[in-house]
Amino acid sequence: MEGSALDTAVTVLSWACLAIGGASVAVGAIGILRMPDVFTRMHAASITDTMGAGFILLGLALGHGFTLVTAKLFLIFVFLMFTSPTASHALARAALHGGLRPRAEVEGKGFEKEAGSS
Amino acid sequence: MRHAISLGAVLYALWLLMSGHYDSLLLSLGVASALLAVWIARRMETIDKEGHPIHLAVRGLTYAPWLLWQIIKSNIDVARIILHPRLPISPVVFSTRAGQSDELGRVVYGNSITLTPGTVTIGLEGDELLVHALTRDSANGVKNGEMDRRVRRFMGED
Repeated sequence: MEGSALDTAVTVLSWACLAIGGASVAVGAIGILRMPDVFTRMHAASITDTMGAGFILLGLALGHGFTLVTAKLFLIFVFLMFTSPTASHALARAALHGGLRPRAEVEGKGFEKEAGSS
Repeated sequence: MRHAISLGAVLYALWLLMSGHYDSLLLSLGVASALLAVWIARRMETIDKEGHPIHLAVRGLTYAPWLLWQIIKSNIDVARIILHPRLPISPVVFSTRAGQSDELGRVVYGNSITLTPGTVTIGLEGDELLVHALTRDSANGVKNGEMDRRVRRFMGED
């Protein structure tokens, strides 16, 4: 009896994580639609990258029990944490390089030097 | 040499985790591919403090949970902004100083800023980071320098 109560708790937790992850992905998508330019859209997309992917992977790991698959899901999470900021950074650089300027207040020297147009 | 040995060990552990088959053929194939990868990495001269930072492993255990907590907090902030009917954003681009002494530390700092929703590093030159923030609040979250301090401690500089 003790064991099955624990199983139920883990299953509920697993589905809660999957629901949070799914909701985060949806919020990220809504954000991409609502934001005005590419730079602000990237902030919305990073919700999908971090919270969406993270909670979905956590939910899958909880639902599957503690096996080699858990380790693989964890590794997917670790690799995502390294690759997604690199991809975001490359995207922002590409947008600047292509001549897009953020619709934002600029403090200090700004980004003209960065884009190499000065 | 120390880095080469630990890279080999990490690669082989990764092989064991990924494969899940433990007969002698696959175990020895794993040894062969780990050695091949280490040999190639040595020839490319990418095995050093920067390419394989084992010295950060222990302090990473305290930095990673803190970073995850920051990511969750700013996720909630940004989600609230997205779902707000008036979309209350105030985008701002500003430059900030990275206090880390080497490139590895600055890249860790820049990537940590990008990982937290609401702020993206769009440039890194010398020790100056150019950051795009979704709101004034998220900009102030970077400017108060807490993450910079944490990354310096993570890199063993404080």
